[in-house]
Amino acid sequence: MSLKGAGYIVGAWEHPTRKATDKSVTLLHAECAAGALADAGLSKDDVDAYYCAGDAPGLGPMSMIDYMGLKVRHMDSTDVGGSSYQVAVGHALQAIATGRANVCLITLAGRPRSEGQATGTAPRAGNPAQAEMQFEYPYGPATANMYALCAQRHMYEYGTTSEQLAWIKVAASHHAQHNPHAMLRDVVTVEDVVNSPMVASPLHRLDCCVISDGGGALIVTKPEIARSLKRPLVKVIGVGEAAKNQSGGEVDLTFSAARWSGPPAWAMAGIKPTDIKYASIYDSFTITVLMQLEDLGFCEKGQGGKFVMDGNLISGVGKLPFNTDGGGLCSNHPANRGGITKIIEAVRQLRGEAHPAVQVANCDLAIAHGTGGSLGTRHVGSTVILERE
Amino acid sequence: MAYVQRKIPFVGTPDTNPETRPFFDAAAAGKLVLPQCVQTGKYIWYPRGISPFTLGPVEWKEVSGAGTIYSYSVMERANPPYCIAYVELAEGPRMMTNIVDIDFKDVKIGMAVKLKFIQTEGDGPAMPFFAPV
Repeated sequence: MSLKGAGYIVGAWEHPTRKATDKSVTLLHAECAAGALADAGLSKDDVDAYYCAGDAPGLGPMSMIDYMGLKVRHMDSTDVGGSSYQVAVGHALQAIATGRANVCLITLAGRPRSEGQATGTAPRAGNPAQAEMQFEYPYGPATANMYALCAQRHMYEYGTTSEQLAWIKVAASHHAQHNPHAMLRDVVTVEDVVNSPMVASPLHRLDCCVISDGGGALIVTKPEIARSLKRPLVKVIGVGEAAKNQSGGEVDLTFSAARWSGPPAWAMAGIKPTDIKYASIYDSFTITVLMQLEDLGFCEKGQGGKFVMDGNLISGVGKLPFNTDGGGLCSNHPANRGGITKIIEAVRQLRGEAHPAVQVANCDLAIAHGTGGSLGTRHVGSTVILERE
Repeated sequence: MAYVQRKIPFVGTPDTNPETRPFFDAAAAGKLVLPQCVQTGKYIWYPRGISPFTLGPVEWKEVSGAGTIYSYSVMERANPPYCIAYVELAEGPRMMTNIVDIDFKDVKIGMAVKLKFIQTEGDGPAMPFFAPV
């Protein structure tokens, strides 16, 4: 049974906050849920399936279903970091296709900025029973240096340059100038990026995403309900998920899990990368974008540096408009997880509701790809392909 | 810049995951011992008590400690900075480590490195690091 078209995204809402000192994480989740339901024209009692991930405090759906007063018959809390929400869309489709759900709510929220997390540059000691912890934590794996290892190897293998990576930030900044909620709204240049302080070589400060509070929510529902609502129809036509890691010591840092999550999604959708009008690509760091573009087939492996140069990712300028909300690099990265905002901006583009300055003309096919976890150790890539019907 | 050794943290004890004890016992004696997949002969990183290649048994065996740098990154935001890396061992696996005793501007991919054990803080176990040959 193909999941193509089994579900539509009828509600998509992003919390406007970027710093929520006066709100709890659970309240942010619930506000996002309310926002997405209002966007869809549905009410709380229509929800019969709920999906969340590790950013939800407590025992995932059990706690959040209680807090929000939901009554559901299907739930899932697959936690694979920032790509959990693409995974949730795929799992929601499975539930809809098998008759176990009609209206699926997915939420994300967090406040790492208010809580002052030194995210990205400070290694975090975890549970030593986590099998790799004792063999990695002594060496100081943070977030930034784990992505930097990939960037360094990519430069060595393919001649990729810091200036090429910088173009990704430049493109994001061109889009963020139009987003009143974006944390970084100043347009930057390649020189600004490569002259910003080094964080974890070869990644500079401006190669990194922002740390923000916030959240988002999605409503996925079956075709009959979607057609009864007043919103433009955004159909899910492809999903894929894959995990990549150190492979028992056969470490290969030159590619991401997108190499494996992409093909089933493309096959399900029956389209190819050149058909895509808009791409939401997870942008924890500039290198994340570059590798995913290669691995999803937008260019040949090793050619990502050339592909992103000269504004090729800027809406209205280049061939592949990406992250037109400013993305994680400039707008937000709520709960240190950017998957859901990738889907939300893709929905805006397909509805024609993106900011006019960045709206892609005749936008009928979009991709929203997530990478959760750590590119240099273990991560999950998840792909969602959407069509405006 | 002259190399400054940071303190090396550790979580848990060598008994937290009892089957990995051979790694820590060998490290205390200045030897790098890794699990080898009995069926495929492949050495495994990170150390574990079962082969991820077959879900079959492993044997703990000493490796030479010779290797080359596969990739690296200097965490400039830390004080003191440190250089995290994957080193490809002569026996095959690529293991996470730090490159030590070197001016970080001299670190290069492909560079030959040799094993050096450093004790982790709080009377923690010794762990393998790599220094220029």
